[in-house]
Amino acid sequence: MRVGLFITCLVDVMRPEIAEATVRLLESAGCTVEVPMAQTCCGQPGYNSGDTASARDLARKFLVEFERFEHVVLPSGSCGGMIRHHYPVLFADDPDLRVRIEALASRTWELTSFLHDVVGMKSLPGRFEGEVTYHDSCSGLRELGVQAQPRALLALQPGVKLVEMKDARACCGFGGTFAVKYGDISTAIVDEKIERIHASGAPCVVLGDLGCMLNIEGRLRRTGDTTTRVLHVAQVLAGDAVPAPASSKGA
Amino acid sequence: MQVQSMHFKARSGQKLADVRLQQNLKILSQRWTVGRTNAIAELDDFEGTRDEAVERRNRALANLDAYLERFEAEATRRGATVLWAETPEEASRLVVAIAKKHEVAKVTKSKSMVSEEMALNRHLEAAGVKVVETDLGEYILQINDNEPPSHIVAPVVHKSKDEVSDLFARVHDRPRLTEIPAMTREAREFLRPHFLSSDMGVSGGNFLVAETGSVAVFTNEGNEGMCTVLPPKVHVVVTGIEKVLPTLEDLATVARLLPRSATGQSISNYFSILTGPRAPGEQDGPEHMYFVLVDGGRTGLLGGEFQDMLRCIRCGACMNHCPVYQKIGGHTYGWVYPGPMGSVLTPAYVGIEKTLDLPQAATLCGECHVVCPMKIPLPDLLRKLREKQMERGLRPRRERAGLAAWAFAAKRPGLYRPMVRMASWVLARLGGDSGRIGSLPMSGGWTATRDLPAPSGPTFKERWAKQRH
Repeated sequence: MRVGLFITCLVDVMRPEIAEATVRLLESAGCTVEVPMAQTCCGQPGYNSGDTASARDLARKFLVEFERFEHVVLPSGSCGGMIRHHYPVLFADDPDLRVRIEALASRTWELTSFLHDVVGMKSLPGRFEGEVTYHDSCSGLRELGVQAQPRALLALQPGVKLVEMKDARACCGFGGTFAVKYGDISTAIVDEKIERIHASGAPCVVLGDLGCMLNIEGRLRRTGDTTTRVLHVAQVLAGDAVPAPASSKGA
Repeated sequence: MQVQSMHFKARSGQKLADVRLQQNLKILSQRWTVGRTNAIAELDDFEGTRDEAVERRNRALANLDAYLERFEAEATRRGATVLWAETPEEASRLVVAIAKKHEVAKVTKSKSMVSEEMALNRHLEAAGVKVVETDLGEYILQINDNEPPSHIVAPVVHKSKDEVSDLFARVHDRPRLTEIPAMTREAREFLRPHFLSSDMGVSGGNFLVAETGSVAVFTNEGNEGMCTVLPPKVHVVVTGIEKVLPTLEDLATVARLLPRSATGQSISNYFSILTGPRAPGEQDGPEHMYFVLVDGGRTGLLGGEFQDMLRCIRCGACMNHCPVYQKIGGHTYGWVYPGPMGSVLTPAYVGIEKTLDLPQAATLCGECHVVCPMKIPLPDLLRKLREKQMERGLRPRRERAGLAAWAFAAKRPGLYRPMVRMASWVLARLGGDSGRIGSLPMSGGWTATRDLPAPSGPTFKERWAKQRH
């Protein structure tokens, strides 16, 4: 199966190892992975800030770069929601383009839904050991219905024990530019998320979106928690997350 | 009501720092989200009921003019008077005129958010009419120097029992009580003489029923009946024109959703359908019944991209489940309606330029859309308002410039790739050994309270290019 990888701009810059883990998972699932090098951003920052015109331009760009693939996979529910859910709306007035965008959107997948729902993955390429708790990222959960898939895949990892936190589905307070425009409200929200993570007792929180990851990790570190790990689900599934240091909490 | 939404940022800061408010809000969000979850589970087919209710509300709105005319004809036929107000101010003038006509000295009110839009109490009092709020929450706010409500269903949810104990002791001039039943009894003692001496009752209306000319009211305290049925000569219903439903069957459908979504009750303690004034031979009811139906910006939403908002049945589920409302409470939003529904309605009713923060101060997490019994796409509507702000040049220059620069680069891969390679390099250096960035120019909103985790190495594209080509 020929799969186009949409890296997402945040993963590309901030956590390239997540894209590597994604490639590893896809290849172990028997896919041939291609990475169109002209790809940039899905356009969500502009779209959510009211700049619809540039979002439309970037949607067209995405179409040009990815239309040739059987499937497109990306390690983000938020960009996935943008493409699957919002791209078609952007071309409401252009029936020809809309049909093409809809067709491409319908074969564009958030990583865990692709691995679970499309490929039916049964074994993982690497090992990860430890207790984890899972945070449901908003767009993946509510726009794409990503909830059972990451949990089912984590269950394939024999060394992983999933302990659910309370209100795992509650927003972490990131919200894109919201986190910068209303930093104090955003912080109050992430503090509650962190309380839940700590209360779960798991030394590691796993999630599927870079925004939540930077928000939760950034707040944990600022408040002096240097041990709770924040990992993308791809890293845990691929088993190539750097092992936790021996001194870390719960290890 | 005066619009205070422009003070959103300053107010949200104060609310976040208010320890007691934070505790009160936490209790609310836990109790009400769990209550709703349990209550909707009782329905055999919640989703089906919801779809049906949405369809019924849509049908009413699609022919709003016809149903309002039908309502007027039926209500008039049963002896009520139907008056129309284009603005909330006009609605207040009409209510004052009714009070004057019937020589009313005292009005008892049951809860109405539309009367808050109208600033009705202020207008009545300016005309020399005494107004007594009789919903317990609204009563507490009124005796606390006319504080505005902070929630559309539970107006006093921002206050703890202790704060109310202090307030009652001070205002009632009685020994301080600490048990809720005793406090409620005391409020009742103070309210009863007003019920018995009131000349006119004012209530809101959850729904109007076109086929019978009736108003339907959901309440929990029994005060509404005391205001509308028991002693007064006159009952005035104030509500919005969008509240009309064609039939009692429609009402039955939405009635299955409203209390469940609002307070987690299968049905509210009281549910009244009031039709016309007291007819000859009837035991109770007012001598005169009026409907003051307010537009106040509602027709402006009809037929446009915000029409979905008119389906709103004012249950408050969106705010109960909103991560932002749960942290800042209702007063921060600065007008009558808080939370996600308020962040759409306020710009629509009072002006987009006075409410710049409201559509922005949302994480777009989507939980409001998930819980809305009327399936109003609140995140999409908030996003549309952001689009309008942008189109009208209402966003700060720096924000617009930043977005334009990002879009410019993102459309040009030849520029984008070296740019992010550079950014990654700079950020990684700034992160140093710790991998954490403590402060960054123009990112104070983030770095004041959070580190920015630094890039973990060269970009994926650079690595990929090296490995695979």
